[in-house]
Amino acid sequence: MKALLRRLDPVPVLLSLPAGLLLGLFLLIPLAATAILSLQAFSLYTGIQSVFNLDNYVEIFSDGYFGEIFLRTARTAALTTVLTILIGAPEAVILMRMKAPWRGIFLLVALGPLLISVVSRTLGWALLFGSTGIINDVLIGLGLIAAPLQFMYTETGVVIALAHVLLPFMIISVMTTLQRLNPLVESASYSLGASGFTTFRRVILPQVLPGIFAGSIIVFAMAASAFATPQIIGGRRLKVVATLVYDEYLFSLNWPLGAALALLLFVIVIIVAVGFNQLAERRFRRLYG
Amino acid sequence: MTPEDANGHQRSPLVRISGLTKRYGNTTVVDRLKLDVGQGEFVSLLGPSGCGKTTTLQMIGGFVRPDGGKIELAGRDLTSVAASKRGLGIVFQSYALFPHMTAAENVAYGLEVRNVSRSERAEQVKAALDLVGLAPYGDRYPRAMSGGQQQRVALARALVIKPRVLLLDEPLSNLDASLREEMQVELRRIQQTTGTTTILVTHDQTEAMALSDRIVLMRSGQIEQIGAPEHVYDHPDTRFVANFLGKTNLFQGDVGQSKMRLGNLSWATPDATPDGPVTIAVRPEKIALADDGLPAKVSARTFQGGQWLLDLDTPHGPVLMQRQNVGARPPTVGERVCLTWSRDDMHLIREEAAR
Amino acid sequence: MSSSNGFWSLAFHTLFVIFVMAPIVVVCFMAFTPEGYLSMPTNGVSLRWFEALLNNKEFVGSFRISLALGAASATVAALISIPAAMAIVRYDFPGRTAFLTLCMSPLMVPSIVLGVAFLRFFSQIGMSGTLVGLTISHVILIVPYVLRTIMNSLGSLDSALDHAAASLGSSAWRTFRRVTLPLTLPGILSGWVLAFITSFDEVTMTIFISGPGTTTLPVRLMLYIEDSIDPLVAAVSTVLIVMALVVMLILDRLFGLDRMLIGRSPSDPDR
Ligand SMILES: Nc1ncnc2c1ncn2[C@@H]1O[C@H](COP(=O)(O)OP(=O)(O)OP(=O)(O)O)[C@@H](O)[C@H]1O
Ligand SMILES: [Mg+2]
Repeated sequence: MKALLRRLDPVPVLLSLPAGLLLGLFLLIPLAATAILSLQAFSLYTGIQSVFNLDNYVEIFSDGYFGEIFLRTARTAALTTVLTILIGAPEAVILMRMKAPWRGIFLLVALGPLLISVVSRTLGWALLFGSTGIINDVLIGLGLIAAPLQFMYTETGVVIALAHVLLPFMIISVMTTLQRLNPLVESASYSLGASGFTTFRRVILPQVLPGIFAGSIIVFAMAASAFATPQIIGGRRLKVVATLVYDEYLFSLNWPLGAALALLLFVIVIIVAVGFNQLAERRFRRLYG
Repeated sequence: MTPEDANGHQRSPLVRISGLTKRYGNTTVVDRLKLDVGQGEFVSLLGPSGCGKTTTLQMIGGFVRPDGGKIELAGRDLTSVAASKRGLGIVFQSYALFPHMTAAENVAYGLEVRNVSRSERAEQVKAALDLVGLAPYGDRYPRAMSGGQQQRVALARALVIKPRVLLLDEPLSNLDASLREEMQVELRRIQQTTGTTTILVTHDQTEAMALSDRIVLMRSGQIEQIGAPEHVYDHPDTRFVANFLGKTNLFQGDVGQSKMRLGNLSWATPDATPDGPVTIAVRPEKIALADDGLPAKVSARTFQGGQWLLDLDTPHGPVLMQRQNVGARPPTVGERVCLTWSRDDMHLIREEAAR
Repeated sequence: MSSSNGFWSLAFHTLFVIFVMAPIVVVCFMAFTPEGYLSMPTNGVSLRWFEALLNNKEFVGSFRISLALGAASATVAALISIPAAMAIVRYDFPGRTAFLTLCMSPLMVPSIVLGVAFLRFFSQIGMSGTLVGLTISHVILIVPYVLRTIMNSLGSLDSALDHAAASLGSSAWRTFRRVTLPLTLPGILSGWVLAFITSFDEVTMTIFISGPGTTTLPVRLMLYIEDSIDPLVAAVSTVLIVMALVVMLILDRLFGLDRMLIGRSPSDPDR
């Protein structure tokens, strides 16, 4: 031990101390405290009590109300992921093929929204969706529908807005994968006489797949725990786990239950992400050896 | 081989490396290296890629910590001295010029560190840029300079601090062929002007032979042979050295009864030569055509301007020979000839004895 | 991808651009309506809602708080990330991977979880609703972004530069000050700007921990929208969108937005 200490270079330790201390103190401890809080009981009259048990979790698992909200959260997150794949993956390939200066310009168009507040972006959808919203005007004007569709306070609306908010992550992920690959492979395929469709199916798609997988993990995790978008589009009527946690904390004041809900969401998201990641690694290890 | 002064007395070398060892995991990259470098000497570390040249230089420079051995500079142990306190000048393969400083600022940096006064700094920087022939370029930024110019700035920056030893890691490998030759001449001129003790790392044998007082041939972390370029060229200790330095023909012969035999050819050997199988090395330029000797058939002929290269098949394997492009036309492909060389141009290699 | 886009690709691309831009453009247009309710400005444009915004003490106050919070947390995050990045990129030390994981872990924790965790923690140590507490929480949230940008920038420096400086007799500190810092400055600035805008826009975590005197702009906007949607919120959003645009141009100039988000692109190798 002494020998180890003597050989230990103090410089990197000192350099990492400020960040290490701050994160240790203000990230790990609060998270641990939240885990403890989720084991405590709450009553409206006496507040948080110092009994520790799994009652909150039992309540979440046994009450169908919570089950329904968790299911809805999973459903919207999954549908959002599918939508970002359908839009983001082809667009990433298209962007990749663009030449200067178009590529730079449209890259800003595709990724720039990341820098705009989620609230503003979602507000845009609320304006488009509204009963006198532009989408319905256009659809009716085109004669596609007869009566206005309901987007506000529906899962459809939440999914569309969430997909818009999270789309840049899918594009980044797919483009990062494409960037690592040899740009000549596609030309090689054409030069071997393959058709456009064959080239897409046999050459492009397998290359894009790892990026789609990675992007899906990110998008799913963020969609499942998204708060602002479901809060604005879904409102009180269409709760997801995150908005439910918010209500428990700020209206019911049942912090222990809120903490249990938040942690459960966190754990589920982590499990899904890790599971998908393992699956992806097993599937793609050969490609990246 | 320790440098000797005019009277033949041994004087202590400026750099003395002994038992220098570096391991990465289980592989020993530099293995008990021992080397003395005299004041003002120009020594090249030469060897194939991955043989540990850079690692050796980095240990001398203080950027890689050795796992064993010692590096002494003028009798002082450097092994645990920080790189910034060693006072060595280093030119890196990538030049490592500070991109945000002009050429003059780059050169001035080492002086600034040494708290040299502003006016003196300007003077020394100018002198250093003059030395490398870049006087008018002081205000240029590195990215606005050619590879050769950047190379000179790096050299000036390393020399301006008047280092005890100059370390060069493949300084010319990023330059194109003609520029490289020009810079070789420059480098030799500058080294002789300043008299700075220099250690050069290279895998280019012509560069090493053109520049150095002595060549250190390395192979997988160990020294294969040390000596003056012409000595190592003419008297390689091992097949590896014979093959690495220039082209050579190797024959399997044997020695017995004070004779050295190759097929039915034979030569007298000095008495001391022990009996047994032996490798005979003959350089292509030492081989001549004759009426009698080793029978051979020309298998290919390459014209190189000043000379012809002939590939020949003989009973003792393929042979390469050079023929100056003077007078008679060389034999054509398929022609049968006889090869000969003088006894003195044959060099015997006994692998076991050498290692 | 060397082949070019065909007709169907360009058609898809057009729809994509419409999809991405529509909500943003709609917000900006509606902010200029002369009417008292949300509508497209078909009967002329007006700045009345921006004027209303300027006269709204709550929104203006929140804007100030968000600016201060963004600047403070980005600065603190940069100050602690520079040495951390140096340690991770330049040194090998026991616990290096664990330290890197710790620094990046805020990316893994959903903001909503961070929000509830900080709410409980700050109320226990008596820091709830304070600007200091908000700053700490934002620093933790943005450290991964700053750290990654600075690490990229440090990692792309030739390590021979450090060796060259050392061989000239430069101390580690002087080398840092005269060589490393100037050369990583664009990376540090990009990290700062990215961190600033991330902090400025953060709403999910902040809504839990901001107090009455420390309501940030996005939180104020969120709370306002929960009540009613009128052209005032469109005006606020327009301001946020313009800010994002400015930040985007700065980042693109400093570092290349594509390089920052996607990594070096093979088609412009000297970027
Ligand atoms: N940091 C390191 N970790 C592990 N192995 C290393 C490291 N640095 C060098 N090596 C190994 O040590 C050996 C010698 O490397 P070195 O760079 O000294 O070779 P070199 O003679 O300079 O070759 P070249 O002519 O290609 O530059 C190589 O096999 C290399 O792979
Ligand atoms: Mg090398």
